[in-house]
Amino acid sequence: MSDGVILAAENLTKEFKGFFAVEDVNLSVRRGQIHALIGPNGAGKTTCFNLLTKFLSPTRGKITYKGDDITSMSSADIARLGLVRSFQISAVFPHLTALENVRIALQRKRGDSFDFWRSQKVLSAFDDEARALLADVGLSEFETVNASDLSYGRKRALEIATTLALNPEMLLLDEPMAGMAQEDVERISALIKRISANRTILMVEHNLSVVASLSDTITVLARGKVLAEGDYATVSKDERVIEAYIGAGHG
Amino acid sequence: MTATTEATGGPVVAQQTAGGMPAHHIAIFAGLLVLLIAAPFFFYPIFIMKILCFALFACAFNLLLGYGGLLSFGHAAYFGMASYVCAHAAKVWGLTPELAIICGTLVAGVLGFLIGSLAIRRQGIYFAMITLAFAQMVYFFSLQAEFTGGEDGIQAVPRGHLFGLIDLRSQESLYFLVLAIAFAGILLIYRIIHSPFGQVLKAIRENEPRAISLGYRVNRYKLAVFVLSATLAGLAGATKAIVFQLASLTDVYWTMSGEVVLMTLLGGMGTVFGPIVGAAVIVTMQNYLATFGAWVTIIQGLIFVVSVMLFREGIVGVISKWTRKPL
Repeated sequence: MSDGVILAAENLTKEFKGFFAVEDVNLSVRRGQIHALIGPNGAGKTTCFNLLTKFLSPTRGKITYKGDDITSMSSADIARLGLVRSFQISAVFPHLTALENVRIALQRKRGDSFDFWRSQKVLSAFDDEARALLADVGLSEFETVNASDLSYGRKRALEIATTLALNPEMLLLDEPMAGMAQEDVERISALIKRISANRTILMVEHNLSVVASLSDTITVLARGKVLAEGDYATVSKDERVIEAYIGAGHG
Repeated sequence: MTATTEATGGPVVAQQTAGGMPAHHIAIFAGLLVLLIAAPFFFYPIFIMKILCFALFACAFNLLLGYGGLLSFGHAAYFGMASYVCAHAAKVWGLTPELAIICGTLVAGVLGFLIGSLAIRRQGIYFAMITLAFAQMVYFFSLQAEFTGGEDGIQAVPRGHLFGLIDLRSQESLYFLVLAIAFAGILLIYRIIHSPFGQVLKAIRENEPRAISLGYRVNRYKLAVFVLSATLAGLAGATKAIVFQLASLTDVYWTMSGEVVLMTLLGGMGTVFGPIVGAAVIVTMQNYLATFGAWVTIIQGLIFVVSVMLFREGIVGVISKWTRKPL
């Protein structure tokens, strides 16, 4: 185990009836970095994400988090270790208020909440913390608004606040900028930069200017395999990467 | 007319940021209680008791569907089996009514645990089909088993003495017992919905993958709400056996599973008071339209179609939308 690696995948493979969505991917995410996973459509980025968080089971391969083998753990248990993911489509609880959304995550501190006989008043103990998190992402004035009534950019911000409520050591962000207006992109970029201060982030992102400005390391996937890895300058000059993105015959 | 009113169409959720029961809920519960205390002086008490039993049944079902997001199509199994066990316990074992009701309720809970732990592994229509399949097995068992009395059911169930003291042959005593059971059951469901557990339940209903990614082991929550719902459905079924002094195949048949879905949707799924209204409307219809014979089913079907076409959120759901208050 090399030093400073927090999440590692070895020969990660997912086969769907003869089709290899992800094939022999080796990935090492170093502690404290923002690591981006990029690649053309259908390269297997999201599959990779689902494998790492066990929303899909790998056909073969091994995943280690902080040196522990997590390959056979359940998604919920992986989240409990501090490895928390987001989703491509905004993942909020639509008919709960912004405050309640964040509180659902804070409530995890109680352990399991099977106490159906107790009033939810006990949850108001988390209200101040939830408000602080909402303020952190600029949603203070929306705490009583149902998540479904928030704009797209604000939903993503709420999602980040909810994720941060778990205070995870590592975040996996699946296309945090997808479908966002330009001013939102800048706001969320700054937010990601800020929260990365004492965390590790692995993100799938299509917006290359965001990737260029945020990431320390970039892994390029194409057809389920790792094509190249390195910082933006290295990766963007790689012939194979240019070919995969633009197609052959453009040079 | 727009076909796309509210693409998401989710139920209205009580917004309680500070916790505690909002004033208008307290007012409605108090009003209901007063109404129900006065009701037997104006209506046939057995009729009101029937409504109360079905209101509790529908509320228990709504706990699973409206708040857990799980559509069970086999809730008759718990309702009916509890009814049989309660009737058997009261008649053959000679237990006092409260103990007989507890027996029925517990058996429904155990049955809910067994069926639930298998059914929650699947989602959507598959979940519904598995619950239906198991309910049909329970029906078949009830038809064949000795203690259920087959086609005859268990008749002439003694009402007995509550705690061995209060004679339930008195209509008033029985009425107030049923009122207390139904009201306590519904208040318990209200508390479940508004507990830390209920909050996680809503999160799972709203976005299951997200709840998982926050570290919730969702299957345990689903099983817990399934068992709670089955147990409370059992409480309703057991109480009904004492009221009607009868446990029969009707209560365990699949049409009973359908009826509770109908009550919940008509009244308003995912609302606190919807299932009570739904149960009252359906039971009243069945009683007052009984002279139409088989036509009741058709009228019931038409009302259902109209309600789904015109107000998908159900009676209480629509009122809740108009008044902009979670009900």
